Amino acid sequence: MAEVDNLITQALLRLVSDYKGGDFKGAYNIREDGLCAARKSTENVQIDSKEDKPGLDIHVKAGTKGETVYIPACVTHGNIDDLVYNDFYIGENADVVIVAGCGVHTDDEEEARHNGIHRFFLEKGAHVVYREKHIGTGKGSGSKKIDPVTDIFLEEDASLEMDTLQLGGVDKTIRKTTAKLGARAKLIVRERILTDGEQEAKSDFDVVLEGEDSGVDLISRSVARGDSYQEFNSSIHGLNRCSGHSECDAILADNGRVFASPALEASDVDAALIHEAAIGKIAGEQILKLRTLGLTEEEAEEKIINGFLK
Amino acid sequence: MLKLEGITWGVPGGEGIINGIDLSIDSGKLVVVTGPNGGGKTTLAKLIAGLERPDKGRIFMDGEDITDMSITDRARKGIAYAFQQPVRFKGLTVRDLLELAAKDKLADDELCRLLEKVGLCADEYIDREMNASLSGGESKRIEIATVLARNARLSIFDEPEAGIDLWSFSRLVETFQEIKKRHEGTLLIISHQERILSIADEIVVLADGKVRTSGAKEDILPKLLEGEKAVRCPLGKGGI
Repeated sequence: MAEVDNLITQALLRLVSDYKGGDFKGAYNIREDGLCAARKSTENVQIDSKEDKPGLDIHVKAGTKGETVYIPACVTHGNIDDLVYNDFYIGENADVVIVAGCGVHTDDEEEARHNGIHRFFLEKGAHVVYREKHIGTGKGSGSKKIDPVTDIFLEEDASLEMDTLQLGGVDKTIRKTTAKLGARAKLIVRERILTDGEQEAKSDFDVVLEGEDSGVDLISRSVARGDSYQEFNSSIHGLNRCSGHSECDAILADNGRVFASPALEASDVDAALIHEAAIGKIAGEQILKLRTLGLTEEEAEEKIINGFLK
Repeated sequence: MLKLEGITWGVPGGEGIINGIDLSIDSGKLVVVTGPNGGGKTTLAKLIAGLERPDKGRIFMDGEDITDMSITDRARKGIAYAFQQPVRFKGLTVRDLLELAAKDKLADDELCRLLEKVGLCADEYIDREMNASLSGGESKRIEIATVLARNARLSIFDEPEAGIDLWSFSRLVETFQEIKKRHEGTLLIISHQERILSIADEIVVLADGKVRTSGAKEDILPKLLEGEKAVRCPLGKGGI
């Protein structure tokens, strides 16, 4: 991958997309400051630029198994407001991993922003593991923003596992995720967010369980430290016999604030929807237990938070 | 190795729970503390481990006054404490906790050896989270394993039998016997279980926040059982 010689991009790639130097194994497209820095398609995964707007059309052939597609995006300096539309078309019974990390870096006072609008169209029986890791780096006072939009469409028996992680450095984020599920389709979302300082993070989930026996499991774990603020909104709509579970767990430290607003809507007697939410500081007994193992109070807190967000 | 002198402790603004306890525990001994519910046994364990501080009295370990020492410092001096109610952690796995306890990375066979001591098979448990998905008995045994992992000089177990099945309990009793036989540390076990009482070197009977009686197992155990037959209340007033 000789094309990527920007050191900041390389560093961001290591943080967000398992990049270990050299080449990615499998199909990839690396976006750098709004432009394509490198791309490779494979026999089963075709990546093309969109003609009408910035972004990509990614087609995964029916029946493709075990391939990983890397679509990382990096913003390496201030005064960039990158907007990209990526559409993923996953063929019947394909089973792939998609890694779409995003890193923003600014060393000056200008704002660096990435706004990725990702749509996933999974045909019957397709399975996707979607990993999204967000990070902000750099010493600049310019605001680092990442505002992802993820729209998921699952046909019959399709399933998508979304693993989304933001562990630091992003000043502001608004994350919107919507999903529509067909019969027997399954969606699993695991979100982990850590905010500190003056950071703000908002997550909105809207999941429509249209098909019979469709199901969603939405798990959000977050830690709000410093003077940071987080908002969690979710609504699950059960229109058929289906199962929906959401769980929002937030740990507060310092002056952190969290607003959680989970909603459930059911219009079928066999829609089984559950929500669990908890906000609070670390349980005192957890700290006591780890102190009896010889950890200091600070070490105990660190271990508990790291484990919680793992 | 451990000496308590004139310890008292009460709920702030409430009644006294520990009402003047003097106790001495020798190195390498297996001491069982028993007595009626509400007699102050768990509080005693917490006072020794540092989770509570006495209102009056002093606690000494190897001649050093540890009364004002923090939980962390006491742990580092070699006191380990298995909670009566295991603490659950979202996110921390069994392996994480055992490695924190052992202060080291543990190979799979070492984890297996530790969990086997409490009747668990490592393969099924090491990567599980110590969360509410574990049953009461499972989490209790993992809690005990975190104390065994420490190889501490003084290990305190608060009702280790609670919630554990018969087979795992037998294995646990063997584990306590092994520790005693190999002189791997001093054990202070709070228990009502006859099998644990029967492997004790010494028995301390605690009631109403005081030591009602204490001494060698051979002297105390027969009296305990006698009392049970006589008044149906093994440790009730007038029993012993």
